[in-house]
Amino acid sequence: MQLLYFAWLRLKIGVGEEQLEPPPEVATVTDLLDWLSEKGDGYAEALLDRSVVRVAVNQEYVGFDHPLSPEDEVALFPPVTGGCGGPG
Amino acid sequence: MIRIQREDFDVGVELSALSRGQHNIGGIAAFVGVVREIGSDGAPGAMTLEHYPGMTERKLIEIEADALSRWPLDAVSIIHRYGRLEPGEQIVLVITASAHRTAALEACQFLIDWLKTKAPFWKFEETAGGGKWVDARSSDELATTRWLEMDGRGAG
Repeated sequence: MQLLYFAWLRLKIGVGEEQLEPPPEVATVTDLLDWLSEKGDGYAEALLDRSVVRVAVNQEYVGFDHPLSPEDEVALFPPVTGGCGGPG
Repeated sequence: MIRIQREDFDVGVELSALSRGQHNIGGIAAFVGVVREIGSDGAPGAMTLEHYPGMTERKLIEIEADALSRWPLDAVSIIHRYGRLEPGEQIVLVITASAHRTAALEACQFLIDWLKTKAPFWKFEETAGGGKWVDARSSDELATTRWLEMDGRGAG
């Protein structure tokens, strides 16, 4: 599984991308986040507040209940802040 | 036309490129986003825009297709920069062209509203103390829900 991390998640975890092989019981995004959180303090800190973690699987936004397969590209990042200027 | 680039862009060049040879265009609307002199914490500073290569292009193509399905547009250009940007520098350009001014103006606003909430970009603001990642604003989400309420359907 290809993992990508952006913005402060990348800094806390310490790498921008890595190839990992989660165990078979990691079936959903939530399972993956739980498994990653056990990998080290940086992961645990980055994934502590999941309300500010967004997920894309194969470059599409998904929810935490989305199923995963070993060939997936999974990206974890904070809410996006592109463009510029406030709306009002 | 969608471009994600580090380099600056020339609005005049992009405007004429978009309308060249298109004789049914009645109006062109453009939005240029600029790095504010004052950052979100009140201090002036540069910012660095990070993005997700691949997904960024994909999302902008989706947003463009959505605009094309809603308004009779003759041409659309979206240019979004990444990398380090100083205050006053241009970040983003959206141009829409149509036979009708309402279509051009509405589609331009639609595109900038949606790309703020859908395109995977993240801003890091430099401050005296080092810097901080800019938080997403709930008012940006509200700007997009306005479009959903307007036509009573999802925009993807």
